[in-house]
Amino acid sequence: MGTGTRVEVTPAAAEVLRSLRGRHGPLMFHQSGGCCDGSAPMCYLEGEFRTGASDILLEELHIDGVAEPVSFWMSTAQYETWKHTHLTVDVVPGRGSGFSLEAPDGVRFLIRSRLLTPSDGQPQNGSD
Amino acid sequence: MTVYAPPGTEGSIVKYETRYDHWIGGEYVPPAKGQYFDNPSPVTGQTFCEIARGTADDVERALDAAHGAAPGWARTSVAERANILNRIADRMEANLEKLAVAESWENGKPVRETLAADLPLAVDHFRYFAGALRAQEGSLGEIDDDTVAYHFHEPLGVVAQIIPWNFPILMAVWKLAPALAAGNAVVLKPAEQTPASIHYLISLVGDLLPPGVLNIVNGFGVEAGKPLASSKRVAKVAFTGETTTGRLIMQYASENIIPVTLELGGKSPNLFFDDVSRADDDFMDKALEGFAMFALNQGEVCTCPSRALIQRGHYSDFLAAGVKRVENMKQGNPLDTDTQVGAQASNDQLEKILSYFDIGRQEGAKILIGGARTELGGDLAGGYYVQPTVFEGSNSMRIFQEEIFGPVVSVTSFTDYADAIKIANDTLYGLGAGVWTRDINQAYRAGREIQAGRVWTNCYHQYPAHAAFGGYKQSGIGRENHKMMLDHYQQTKNLLVSYSPKAMGFF
Repeated sequence: MGTGTRVEVTPAAAEVLRSLRGRHGPLMFHQSGGCCDGSAPMCYLEGEFRTGASDILLEELHIDGVAEPVSFWMSTAQYETWKHTHLTVDVVPGRGSGFSLEAPDGVRFLIRSRLLTPSDGQPQNGSD
Repeated sequence: MTVYAPPGTEGSIVKYETRYDHWIGGEYVPPAKGQYFDNPSPVTGQTFCEIARGTADDVERALDAAHGAAPGWARTSVAERANILNRIADRMEANLEKLAVAESWENGKPVRETLAADLPLAVDHFRYFAGALRAQEGSLGEIDDDTVAYHFHEPLGVVAQIIPWNFPILMAVWKLAPALAAGNAVVLKPAEQTPASIHYLISLVGDLLPPGVLNIVNGFGVEAGKPLASSKRVAKVAFTGETTTGRLIMQYASENIIPVTLELGGKSPNLFFDDVSRADDDFMDKALEGFAMFALNQGEVCTCPSRALIQRGHYSDFLAAGVKRVENMKQGNPLDTDTQVGAQASNDQLEKILSYFDIGRQEGAKILIGGARTELGGDLAGGYYVQPTVFEGSNSMRIFQEEIFGPVVSVTSFTDYADAIKIANDTLYGLGAGVWTRDINQAYRAGREIQAGRVWTNCYHQYPAHAAFGGYKQSGIGRENHKMMLDHYQQTKNLLVSYSPKAMGFF
């Protein structure tokens, strides 16, 4: 967490991740696109979702109280349209989110975004 | 004008049960783990029933029932299967108003739409596939004088269907009608955001199907959807949702070597060429309605025309008239037949839309109208209402590239035909598109060049049962609607028959 990263996690989302990690095991995110529950970060057991050449690893999230980093993935095609923005994983009350692990707890991860700035130390080639 | 009383209150035509278990083998079965979850109405945010929280054990039980029923259903004559589908349609039609109110209450969509679209389309869908089934025939090929290739349609067996929450009844029927017509038994999981509507439907038509032919397991995706989609005991998975879950379902299917059909959404462009504004006539009025269609079902439609591309020559005037249409939209109680824009289906959906207002503003898009939550008073104060919103910006912005699934349209201009096609196709998705022009040659060319499965030409958001619907690019695989859906739920059996008594001569 902190500056210089492309993805961060709010304290509330970190708390949910700690709880999920404790109950299920090592975790990963894959950012979804498309309809219904789309545009939401899906949280799975690490390795449950098979990433490949069409995906990019955006971040290894280090969460206090979680032994291993939580990987955050996105499809490279979707990243092309998101790359000028910085993402923060938050959590809100809600239900249902594909096969994401948090849904039965009555919460749902949500992405909040802001434009990357030079202080983020990341490429900002994006919206023109 | 009619304002329906909320289900469960005095004077309401609908009464939901206080609890729904799983519908398995023609009866209600409590969840193996004994757990339930609350089901609130997005109209008020208040819980109106509780729903069984299904797990792998419940899925197995439903699969047992489905496998028990599948052989008998497959042997049932096509005339009888078609009759049953027609009886379901008749029963739904006789109870159309109740179903419309029930679905509106659970999803938040205006009853005006469920009465005029969702339910009549669902009724027609059963009738269409009843008819298509009766007319379906196999084929034979005369290979040579002694050899004939016969092709038979055979059901797949037991299929899994995972239903989205934006049209709880119609999307279920889109999947159920062809699957049942084709002779399959089904295990269906409704969306956890809108699980009760389908059970209300079952309360009306559950007796018409043989036990086990249709089974419904409720629950969350990870707890009930995943064991169903990854089961070795299903012959196909049909899913409507988003890309990551779509990929995950394909991964599970690859382990079992079974087919999937996926409908994963879009970012549909709606093109308005200069000549639309050539006259202030009925067609102009229709085109403006076409612009406003982004707010249909609060934008919670996979084909929401969420990118309006307007040609430079009439850009300002057309957009101003379009915004005026949006200004006149009536938002409020979904159970009021005058209401045009109701509630978003869930709190998380509301939050997601608000997060896109935020990034849209940050990227410099201009809000021409809307851009905030709608605060309604009284009983509706706890509901999830969002103002119909028009953004003006450029196609590289995230609000132009991602499906917001809210009553939000992002508008930009194009210079000429080539520019229009370039912007229209500059998206990861390819589900729907709209083309508006008085020039039929232009309409035809644009329709063919836009990479999308459905191009509405001088219309939008029509869903007749016999027009194929599905996506190009990342919008999915396979189609829904149209008689071709029978093939999606059938195997091809080839009998290659020799009528010659002579050996082939190899050995």
